[in-house]
Amino acid sequence: MKRALLVAAALVLYALHQDVWFWREAHPLVFGFLPVGLAYHALYSVAASGLLWLLVQWAWPSHLEAAGQPAEPTPGRAAERDRAPSA
Amino acid sequence: MIPTVVVFLYLAVVLYIGIFAFRRAAHAAEAEDYFLAGRSLGPFVFLMSLFGSNMTAFAILGASGHAFNNGIVTFGLMASSSAFVVPLCLFLLGTRIWALGKRFGFITPVQLFRDRWECSHIGTVIFVVQAALLVPYIVIGVMGGGTALAALSGGRVPFAVGGALVALVVMSYVFLGGMRGTAWVNTFQASLFLLFGAIALAVIGAGMGGFRASAEALLDSPLSWLLTRERVPPALFFSYTFIPLSSIAFPHITIFCLTARRLSQFRRTVVLYPLCITAIFLPSVFLGVMANRATDVPEIRDKQEARQALVQAGPSLSPADRNAIRLRTNADDVLLLLLERYAPVWLAGLLGAGIMAAVMATDSQILALSTMFTEDVLTHYGGKRRFGEHAQVQMARAFVVVLTVAAYVVALRLPESIFALAVQYAFTGYAALFPLLVAAIFWRGSTKWGALASTLWAAGSVVAVAVFQGTVPAPAGPPNVVLGLGSLDLVARTAGGTAVLGFMPVVPIVLGSVLLMVVVSWLTAKPSAPTLARYFPGPTPPLSHELDQLRF
Repeated sequence: MKRALLVAAALVLYALHQDVWFWREAHPLVFGFLPVGLAYHALYSVAASGLLWLLVQWAWPSHLEAAGQPAEPTPGRAAERDRAPSA
Repeated sequence: MIPTVVVFLYLAVVLYIGIFAFRRAAHAAEAEDYFLAGRSLGPFVFLMSLFGSNMTAFAILGASGHAFNNGIVTFGLMASSSAFVVPLCLFLLGTRIWALGKRFGFITPVQLFRDRWECSHIGTVIFVVQAALLVPYIVIGVMGGGTALAALSGGRVPFAVGGALVALVVMSYVFLGGMRGTAWVNTFQASLFLLFGAIALAVIGAGMGGFRASAEALLDSPLSWLLTRERVPPALFFSYTFIPLSSIAFPHITIFCLTARRLSQFRRTVVLYPLCITAIFLPSVFLGVMANRATDVPEIRDKQEARQALVQAGPSLSPADRNAIRLRTNADDVLLLLLERYAPVWLAGLLGAGIMAAVMATDSQILALSTMFTEDVLTHYGGKRRFGEHAQVQMARAFVVVLTVAAYVVALRLPESIFALAVQYAFTGYAALFPLLVAAIFWRGSTKWGALASTLWAAGSVVAVAVFQGTVPAPAGPPNVVLGLGSLDLVARTAGGTAVLGFMPVVPIVLGSVLLMVVVSWLTAKPSAPTLARYFPGPTPPLSHELDQLRF
C-alpha cells in the first residue's frame, strides 16, 4: 500500500510539471518580483525534494548494502578478461 | 584587470588541489584508485561532486543566455524537470549500480553490460556510441571557458587563449589527481558557485535598482512575454522532461555512482539535489530575463536588436544572413556582462571565479572517457595483461592529454550556441541510452541483441536529426513542415530545431529505444542461467518465464 502511494505520488508530481494553468500568466509577482510561473517551478523543485525524502524514508533499498559485498570470485572484470570475445 | 587576476588565482588554486590529490593518493598506480578514488568518497564530497559534475557551462551561461532570449520558461525546461527526474534516477538506478559495481568490481557501465548480457563486441559498440556522444559535451566546457575568460577580462584574453588556458588547467589536475582530484575540485567548485550565485543575485539586483522595479518595468514593456510561457508550445515543454533521463546514462555520472564509500551516501544526495539545482538555476534564469532591462550595456542592446531584426526581417533574409543574425543573439555571456556593469571590480573578480567554477565541469567527462578507453578497450582486449596495471594508468593519462587537445581544436572550429549543441546531440543520445541501464538492472528478459538494437537506434537517430537540421535551414517564422499526413505535421523544421508531431526528437527517440529493447529482447536468446542467477537471485516470475519462451 505504502509503495503504491509513493508510486502514485511520483506520477502526480511528474504530471504537475506541465502547469498549463499558469502558461500565459505573469501575475501575481510572488515576493513582488518573481513571476508566478517561475515561482511555481521553484516550489515544484522543493516539492520534489520532499517527495524524495519520503522515498528515502519509506522505500530505501537497504538490502543493496548487503548485496554490495564483493562476490567471490569477482566475476565482473576478472571473468570478462578471461572470457573469449563473442558478439 | 582585477577580475582577470582573481580568476587566474582561482585557476592556480584548482590546479593545486589536483597536485595535492596526486600527493595524497596512497595507491596512485592502481587503476581503481585513479579511476574511482578507491570507492572511498565521503557524503559531502559525493553530493557536491556529483552535483558539480552535472553542472556544466550550459547550466550557468547557457541557462542565463537561454532565459535572456526565451524568458522564464528556461527554468521549467532545464531545472525543475531535472530537479525531480535526476535524483529519482539516482535513487532507483544509482543505488543498484553502486551495489553491482561493489560486488562485481565494475569500473565502467560497459563492463556491467558485457557481464550482464554475456557479450564482448556489442559492448565495444556501446563504448563507441557513448564516447562519440560525450565529446560534444567536453567541447562545450572548453567553449564555456573561452567565453567566460574573454568576457571577464573585457576581451584582453581572447576566446582562443581563454579556452586553451582552461583546457590546460583541467587537463593537468585530471592527469595528476584522477577521480580523487576531480571530485575534490568539483566539490570546491560546486561550493563556490552555490555561494556566489546568491551574492550575484543580490549585487546585480541592487545595481539594477531592485528586482521589484525591474520586473514591473519589464511587465509594462513589449517584452512582457518573457515573464510568461505564451510563446512556448506545451508539447515542447513536455519534451524536456525526457532530457534529464540522460543524466544517469552519461558515463561520468554512472561511473561516479561507483565512487561512494557506502550506500547511505545516496540518501542525502537524492534529497538535497533538487534544492542545489534550484539554488543555481533560479538566479541564473531570473538574471538572464532581467538582463533585458540593462539596455545601457551596448552588447546587450545589440543582442536585443538582432533578436528584433530576426523577427521582423527574418523571412525575407537568406539562410546565411539569418544565421549571421542568430549568432548575434547568442546570449551565453549575458551574466558576465551584468557582472561587469553592476558589480564592484573586486567582487566581479570573485563572482567571475564562481562562474569559472561552473564552466570547468568538463573534468569528469574527460576522466570518464579515459577510464572507458583504458577499461573497455585496452584492458578488455588484453592491454593490462600485456603491460600491467601501472601502464594502464599511464595510458589513461596519455588519453586525457590527447582528448583535451582534440576538444580544444574542435571548440575553435564550432561557434555554435552552447545550449543548442548540448541538448540536440549529447543529451538526446544519452536519454536514448537510458533504457539500456533500466533493462540491464531490472529486466531479466533483456538481451545483448536488444541492447545492440537500442544503441544503434540511439546513434542513428541522433545522426539523422543532425543531418536533417544541417540540410533543412531553420525558418525565421512558423515551422516548416517537411513531412505531413493530412492535417498532421509529422516532421517539421522549427527555428530551434526539429519537431516530430510537435514534440522534440528526444521523445520519439527514447520511446523507439524502449520499443526496440523490448521487442528484440523477446525475440532473441537470453543470457545463461548462471548469469541471470547472479543478477536476479530470486525465483523466476511466472509471467517473465512465459515471455522468455516467446523467442525464435
